Amino acid sequence: MIEGRKEIFQIVFVLVALVFLIKLFAIQVIDDRYAQLAASNSIMKEVDYPFRGLIYDRHGNLLVYNSPEYDLMVVTREVKQLDTARFCEVFDINKDQLLAIFRDLRARKEYSQFKPTVFIRQLSNYDFAKIQENLDEFAGFYIQPRTSRAYETNTMANALGYISEISKTQLDRDSSHIYRQGDYIGQSGIEGYYETTLRGQRGVRYKLRNVKGIEKGRFKNGEFDTLSVPGQNLITTIDAELQRYGEKLMKGKVGSVVAIEPSTGEILSFISGPSYDPTMLTGRRFSSNFSLVSNDSTKPLFPRPLMAMYPPGSIFKMVQTLIGLQEGVLSYETRFPCDRSLVNCHNHPNPVNLHGAIQYSCNPYFHQAFRRIINQNKSTNTFTDSRIGLDNWREYVGRFGLGAPLGVDLPGEKGGQMPSSRLYNRIYGEGRWKFSTIYSLSIGQGEMLVTPLQMANLAAIIANKGYFYTPHLIKAIEDGEIDPRFRVRRETDIDSAYFSFVQDAMSDAILGTASRAVIPGIVLCGKTGTAQNPHGADHSVFMAFAPKDNPKIAIAVYVENAGWGGRAAASTASLMIEKYLTGEVKRKALEDYVLKGEFLDRVVRATSTLEAD
Amino acid sequence: MHREEKISTHMDWVTVLLFAVLVTLGWLNVFAAVYDETLHQSIFDLSLNSGRQLMFIAASVIIIIGILLVDMRFYDAAAYLIYGGIMFLLLLVPIIGKEVGGNKAWLGIGSFGVQPSEFAKFATALAVSKFIGTAGFRMDQLRNQVVLFMLIGLPMALIMLQKDTGTALVFTIFVLMFYREGMSPFLILVGLAAAVIFVLTLLVENEFYLYGAIGIALIITIFMGKKKFKRIALLTIGALLLMGVIESVDYIITDVLKPHQQNRIKALINPEADPLGYGWNVTQSKIAIGSGGFAGKGFLKGTQTKFDFVPEQSTDFIFCTIGEEHGWLGSLLVISLFVVLLFRIIYLAERQKSRFARAFGYSVACIFFFHFAINIGMTIGLFPVIGIPLPFFSYGGSSLWGFTILLFILLKLDAHRSQMLQRI
Repeated sequence: MIEGRKEIFQIVFVLVALVFLIKLFAIQVIDDRYAQLAASNSIMKEVDYPFRGLIYDRHGNLLVYNSPEYDLMVVTREVKQLDTARFCEVFDINKDQLLAIFRDLRARKEYSQFKPTVFIRQLSNYDFAKIQENLDEFAGFYIQPRTSRAYETNTMANALGYISEISKTQLDRDSSHIYRQGDYIGQSGIEGYYETTLRGQRGVRYKLRNVKGIEKGRFKNGEFDTLSVPGQNLITTIDAELQRYGEKLMKGKVGSVVAIEPSTGEILSFISGPSYDPTMLTGRRFSSNFSLVSNDSTKPLFPRPLMAMYPPGSIFKMVQTLIGLQEGVLSYETRFPCDRSLVNCHNHPNPVNLHGAIQYSCNPYFHQAFRRIINQNKSTNTFTDSRIGLDNWREYVGRFGLGAPLGVDLPGEKGGQMPSSRLYNRIYGEGRWKFSTIYSLSIGQGEMLVTPLQMANLAAIIANKGYFYTPHLIKAIEDGEIDPRFRVRRETDIDSAYFSFVQDAMSDAILGTASRAVIPGIVLCGKTGTAQNPHGADHSVFMAFAPKDNPKIAIAVYVENAGWGGRAAASTASLMIEKYLTGEVKRKALEDYVLKGEFLDRVVRATSTLEAD
Repeated sequence: MHREEKISTHMDWVTVLLFAVLVTLGWLNVFAAVYDETLHQSIFDLSLNSGRQLMFIAASVIIIIGILLVDMRFYDAAAYLIYGGIMFLLLLVPIIGKEVGGNKAWLGIGSFGVQPSEFAKFATALAVSKFIGTAGFRMDQLRNQVVLFMLIGLPMALIMLQKDTGTALVFTIFVLMFYREGMSPFLILVGLAAAVIFVLTLLVENEFYLYGAIGIALIITIFMGKKKFKRIALLTIGALLLMGVIESVDYIITDVLKPHQQNRIKALINPEADPLGYGWNVTQSKIAIGSGGFAGKGFLKGTQTKFDFVPEQSTDFIFCTIGEEHGWLGSLLVISLFVVLLFRIIYLAERQKSRFARAFGYSVACIFFFHFAINIGMTIGLFPVIGIPLPFFSYGGSSLWGFTILLFILLKLDAHRSQMLQRI
């Protein structure tokens, strides 16, 4: 009866062992799910944020750099017995705020109690130092270092732009999948346009951690780790000192100053008034400051040199002169009577030749001259003739970089408006408009709009006697090349002799219309403009370059509601030129006049000025 | 001197070697289970489990020497005395014991604590074997069976008082030894059937399928055998009892078992249902073992065990370290070593001349087998989590000493097996 029972024991032992080995084979060798689970259990991926590229001015002065900031992260599963009173004390918040943060945290879509989540964003260096000592009191809280932007200057905000956390729509649009939620991205200005250059490449460190999330060294001795690659540094074309001076002059005024080096197209200063302190849009107070800046009625975020479009006014007479000469419909000695029946003028010798017309800015002269450009009797039908003439003219102005974006290296550039037959056909119908319909264009009014950048570029074209380089803000990229299109000369195809003639007229013009602009010892060519503004005081416009031989700077100034071009705009431009060419301003009285800003009897000032707090 | 020479010549050195290999492997894995690369720890560091385990191993060598020096007749003669003494200690535990990890199973001696329940195994084995070895013992007498079940029931009850269900369950395995010594397999089969039905009830959503299956099985068995009234009645009663088991499953699960025991059964059925709650242990244990692959991550290279994802990684879940760091090959080696050890013990037991020694040998085999099967089974999700150690591997002095004593009393008896015969 007892025989054979020993064998039953042996069979049972072997069977159990076999079952174990089969099961083990299944989970260890066949099913690779467990290996993955083990990895996600214990391998923690830590992002090594790259340093964003630095930004310098044209002389190598640092403008934008990075400063460390710290995000306080939380893994809620690990938070145990949080002493809320102590927490509030250390982190300088009250209990309601603390509860609100926890509520927000849980409401987030990507929330997980196992993953580190941002608890308090962008602690400053000071806060971090204070908190770090006490951090070990609060289980489940960690510090994630990264960098934010810091500025050596409180100017240039509209050219530099700002960075901020990537928005949901930007994230969805990012087909390269480089960005993650919470990443910073350049939103405007240079930061936006050169985002791919500046951002660098993130690195990854794989770390081992135990069940409490505490680090236990590197995974496979860092075999799979990658180092972050810092972004490339940018050297801008901006002259920081000139920029600072220009912003000082424009303080309290609405308008733009753009200065360009004619021989290269490099933008020396890029001023938009009113502006804001770039430091405002960094760090923890980004969102509150951003709403402050973006809701401000004076629109400090609006980059006027690029996006504001104005009628050019009298400065456009230079373009008309050059087109008329090139077309052969005007000569240096062409004279027209100053007939004020259609367009108004001011007192000056009469009749004048072309030189005089520019010098005295005679409106009726250019009315007549524009008629010659438009109506060249290419067709017996005056409507058709006007259409042919306008389209011919439109081709010329296009070569002056007008009517379309110039292609500057900033986002959001506007092209202004230079009407063609298409526009008038749309407004009046085909064959239903002729010269008399569009004559306002002759003196830079009507359906014609230009940006301050285009005006400055126009000054550069005249300075260069017929060509320009696409204006740009970046002179060099460290370990990189700027876009070759900034090195391509763009021609107007107008005889350079005509430009010499215009230059002569411009150097004489300022003696009459803009005597404030005269700089002792420097031959300056300039042209005033006063753009009519149906909503209030006229806009003050001035375009100039200097010195006349071998021009170093071309400039356009547009001051809204400041009346006469010879006052606000010409004075500002002249001071800027003096500053740039001589390094200092000796005409203190003129400087005070501009700083005071009382160009009109009725003073219209910018309603607010913004300072960083 | 004469006597010691005899011991060494008659010792079963194969078993001693197996013991040495298992204890050494266990010690290395106890070190690996908590090894922290960043701290440059030594395996001998007394602040580590591995350092202390080495001390326990050293202590067990002293115990072995003691066991071998004592006259072999002592174990037979003093069996009831030892049993009584240990039962007394077990009785003391709930009164003066200290609580460690929720179980009040420890008796403090200075800074060291021992678990009398670990020693109750060899004491009970001695007592039961002694009773079976009594002259004229007949297994088929109901009175004898009652005494045997009382002998194993007493330590079970006392250990249950300590809330150490795992260790208490170990004593059920003596039934296997009773079977070897002549008990009818009926009881084991009924127990097995009840367990299978119990698990099936948990797995099968609709109980009526089980009722149907039992009914069909009953009809088939009735028609296949002789159609005697007594047989049909017995079969029908058996079937009804099985159905009763099904009915009682819900009751047992919800009313008899404590919540943590219910969860362990739920975890066995579907650990993924709550991987962070009751499924945590089994899930993490399987992740650790499963991530080892075929050849393992290498000694001290595991991540799941030493980073505390696996709970109790030095004691009850020590097999995770083996599985993770040494993969399937390492598991194969350890399982094979245990199977060889179990076969060797059976071999030793079978060659005993006295019934006492043979019964004791089978007790040792059964206890080792139970620990081996339940411990590894639970780490790979084949058994519910029952907190019992893997012999010679799990960290802990009491359990190591308990297993050592079991094995070496058998070796001592084996070395003197010819003398045993003379005595009878």
